[in-house]
Amino acid sequence: MAFDPDRGWQLHHQVAVRPEPFGALLYHFGTRKLSFLKNRIIVEIVNSLADHPDVRSACRAAGIDDDQQGPYLHAFGVLVQSKMLIPVDQNSPEGSTAS
Amino acid sequence: MTATAPVPRLIEQFEHGLDAPICLTWELTYACNLSCVHCLSSSGKRDPRELSTQQCKDIIDELERMQVFYVNIGGGEPTVRSDFWELVDYATEHHVGVKFSTNGVRIDEAVAAKLAASDYVDVQISLDGATAEINDAVRGPGSFAMAIRALENLKEAGFKDAKISVVVTRHNVDQLDDFKALADNYGATLRITRLRPSGRGADVWDDLHPTAEQQVQLYNWLVAKGERVLTGDSFFHLSGLGEPGALAGLNLCGAGRVVCLIDPVGDVYACPFAIHERFLAGNILSDTGFGAGFQNVWQNAPLFRELREPQSAGACGSCGHYDSCRGGCMAAKFFTGLPMDGPDPECVQGFGEPALAQDRDKPKSHLDHSRSGGRKGPVPLKLLAMPAKAPQKFCNESPV
Repeated sequence: MAFDPDRGWQLHHQVAVRPEPFGALLYHFGTRKLSFLKNRIIVEIVNSLADHPDVRSACRAAGIDDDQQGPYLHAFGVLVQSKMLIPVDQNSPEGSTAS
Repeated sequence: MTATAPVPRLIEQFEHGLDAPICLTWELTYACNLSCVHCLSSSGKRDPRELSTQQCKDIIDELERMQVFYVNIGGGEPTVRSDFWELVDYATEHHVGVKFSTNGVRIDEAVAAKLAASDYVDVQISLDGATAEINDAVRGPGSFAMAIRALENLKEAGFKDAKISVVVTRHNVDQLDDFKALADNYGATLRITRLRPSGRGADVWDDLHPTAEQQVQLYNWLVAKGERVLTGDSFFHLSGLGEPGALAGLNLCGAGRVVCLIDPVGDVYACPFAIHERFLAGNILSDTGFGAGFQNVWQNAPLFRELREPQSAGACGSCGHYDSCRGGCMAAKFFTGLPMDGPDPECVQGFGEPALAQDRDKPKSHLDHSRSGGRKGPVPLKLLAMPAKAPQKFCNESPV
């Protein structure tokens, strides 16, 4: 699955987020993989994904302008590869704010 | 860019401890049908004070509140508890995933089918030789066949990605490729961990731990072929052998910081390899000055607070590799009678060997559930029948 920051993404329903002083721990009960969100901004963005049509606008809302989004988009790409994040049209039969 | 306070590096955060463990080992019972010579928990006989079913469920409730994502359950042989499957179901229903270690004794066709139907249970079959000869010398006669039968049942039932868990010894280090092939054959993942001189392991460590040459062999194998092999960060003492980061993992002793052990009677120890009074933080059932319950022990026990303080590099302070290995494994040093602020007994720079050659006083654990008389072949399971009215029990091992 390629990561496209111009569309909506959401946490897989089997992923749990545990807040920590440094950011958060993510655990995927399906793949049994653990990931770290290494600062609080990316935690804020992850938690706000449902409120935005795409990842770029979620970043902007957290104060990360387009020219500063590189490291964040890279991190999201890693989360997509490990199936922590999935496109909004999967796993959300009730529909969502995206598209 | 939004202004935020700088966040310390992740490894420093871990050294200071987290609000809840990342990884928790829970030995559900000291009862075991086998008597492996290197058993970390000196298991054999059930402890009459074993936690009841309800006490175990209360602990699971607390783990759910703390968002401990999963527990590594072991023992002893956890599946010999009559309420084992009830507790597994209770944990997964309460968002606490379960990985349990077993010698395979109860993994028959019906159990394998039940396990294959769950998304939240992971099974780890212990095997310490890729051949019956090498395995059974450590784990007991018939134990190889028992483990293989369990793996076959799991494969037949369609269970995906079981783990084969191997403790690396002097006698099986040449079989790493064979273990990998065995795992591939069963659609399983290989997990290899370090032999610790804990429990009965203290009695056999001198003869079973890999030689210095074999440590290098092991390291090279991990770097070359270890990408899809799990290690539980077990071999961080080897990281000084190569470039930093060549071995995956945190390379950090997580004891009392990100891992701990709950034993079958509710005692909490700093790590699965440290069942000794020196590393006993408290008991879940009783208030010993910082409140009862697991969360209080984890957050307030003086031992855990001490382990989260910066540790002295001691005799290792002048070594250029200290940043990679951080002095190695606390439990390995302790149970071989070496100073805690000195080199690991298997220090790859060779500093462990002269330390081992000196007079040492090896601390004995206050706990030993070994059956008397030693091993005389597989122990009939009827020996494990519980006395009437016995309290319930439960627990196993595995680090980060």
